[in-house]
Amino acid sequence: MADSPRQDKRAEYQRVAYYPGCALEGTGHAYNSSTKAVGKALGLELDEVKNWNCCGAMEVKNIDPKIQTYLSSRVMSIAANEMDAKVVMAPCNGCYHNLKKAEHDLAHDEASRGVVDRLSQKAGHAAYRPGQVETIHALDWIKHGLGEEGLKKRVKNSLKGLKVANYYGCMYTRPRHIFPEKDRGPASESTSQPHFMDDLLAAAGAENVDFPLKTACCGGAHTLSDSDTSTRLVLNILRAAEAAGADVIATECPTCHSGLEMHQVRAEKVLGQKTTVKMLYFTQLLGLALGLSPRKVGVHENVSESGELLKAKGLA
Amino acid sequence: MRTLAAIETELDAFTAVADAPAAAGRLLGLAEEVLENWIVARSQRPNEDAVEGFRLLALHRQGARGVPSFNACRETCREIAYHYNLLAGEPDHALAARRQLMMAMLAKHLALFVSGKLQVEGLGEFCCASRPLRQEPTVQP
Repeated sequence: MADSPRQDKRAEYQRVAYYPGCALEGTGHAYNSSTKAVGKALGLELDEVKNWNCCGAMEVKNIDPKIQTYLSSRVMSIAANEMDAKVVMAPCNGCYHNLKKAEHDLAHDEASRGVVDRLSQKAGHAAYRPGQVETIHALDWIKHGLGEEGLKKRVKNSLKGLKVANYYGCMYTRPRHIFPEKDRGPASESTSQPHFMDDLLAAAGAENVDFPLKTACCGGAHTLSDSDTSTRLVLNILRAAEAAGADVIATECPTCHSGLEMHQVRAEKVLGQKTTVKMLYFTQLLGLALGLSPRKVGVHENVSESGELLKAKGLA
Repeated sequence: MRTLAAIETELDAFTAVADAPAAAGRLLGLAEEVLENWIVARSQRPNEDAVEGFRLLALHRQGARGVPSFNACRETCREIAYHYNLLAGEPDHALAARRQLMMAMLAKHLALFVSGKLQVEGLGEFCCASRPLRQEPTVQP
């Protein structure tokens, strides 16, 4: 599907406040470096949020959701009140989800506003007010900030011949009510059949395979408490991608990505089940298509060894 | 109603057959049984309703009531329904065998997801039959 980007967003997305989040400084480092490299190659600017903090992730949310709302609101407050930003871009699904959730809570829940006001005052910064910024994902940023046609013009090394299963995970579209901009017609993202990553990679020349588990649970929440279930969920996703004919699973979340990589290894070691499909961040694939080197987009940092495949496809 | 372990075993052993609509019906039934396990473990009676023509979707709606995180398997259920329609509507399609295998993988994913949810919710060790036993107060010797 090749939807038109939203023209009204193009100017706003040229320079955005960038919230990498904790994972992109650790296991998702390659996602961080490839996002920055792709932005630079496309002429889209990132201005990192100053002194940002954890979004509250799952750990804080499970203990006290309102503290998570505050933590996420602080990031948006800094972007809005100290950087004068109108848009915050979060490439991690967990961060993206939490900032969107905080936005929704503050717009609809008086008690959440009370907690955020009190803690913001105590911390010595302005309380965030809903609507001050728009939180977007890296997919929105490229899709609406540039669009497929703009991307096609910049492709130097087409992904032609590379079969990709696009895996979005479960937090990019759920719950629907915190994503009011989705499901708004053909130019918007769909919560049931997300397609922005498919659109961008197709514009870069990739062949997207039919992959019915694109929003299925990867068991990320069970990783520590019930690793076997996570491994079996991931193994099923990997097998389905292989059955669909994919060479690569494209990811857009550091948690999903590392989960797929880790449990691919674990499935072989613990269950004796080997799969060969490779995992790459969609920004790494776009970077390669834009003529950036594998090292520049951090392919060597991935656990999933894709060097041979990329060489065979003329991408490395 | 079989246990999730028994359903998984059947799904693991699944191979595509010439009669695609029959395979689709069998896989849809297994997916429904998976959700019945979840609903029974929550001390409810699985409904016999249909949503958009599918009992599976009605069972999902019942299972997600009060448990928003259960919606993480909503699209998996919808993909199962979609694959059922593909196999029932185009039984002789060149991709019929692949579609059957994909539908089996979707049903397996649903089974694994529900297994994980049962664990997280403390509703059983992959078998709802253990729930009443585990709810008994521990008797100290």
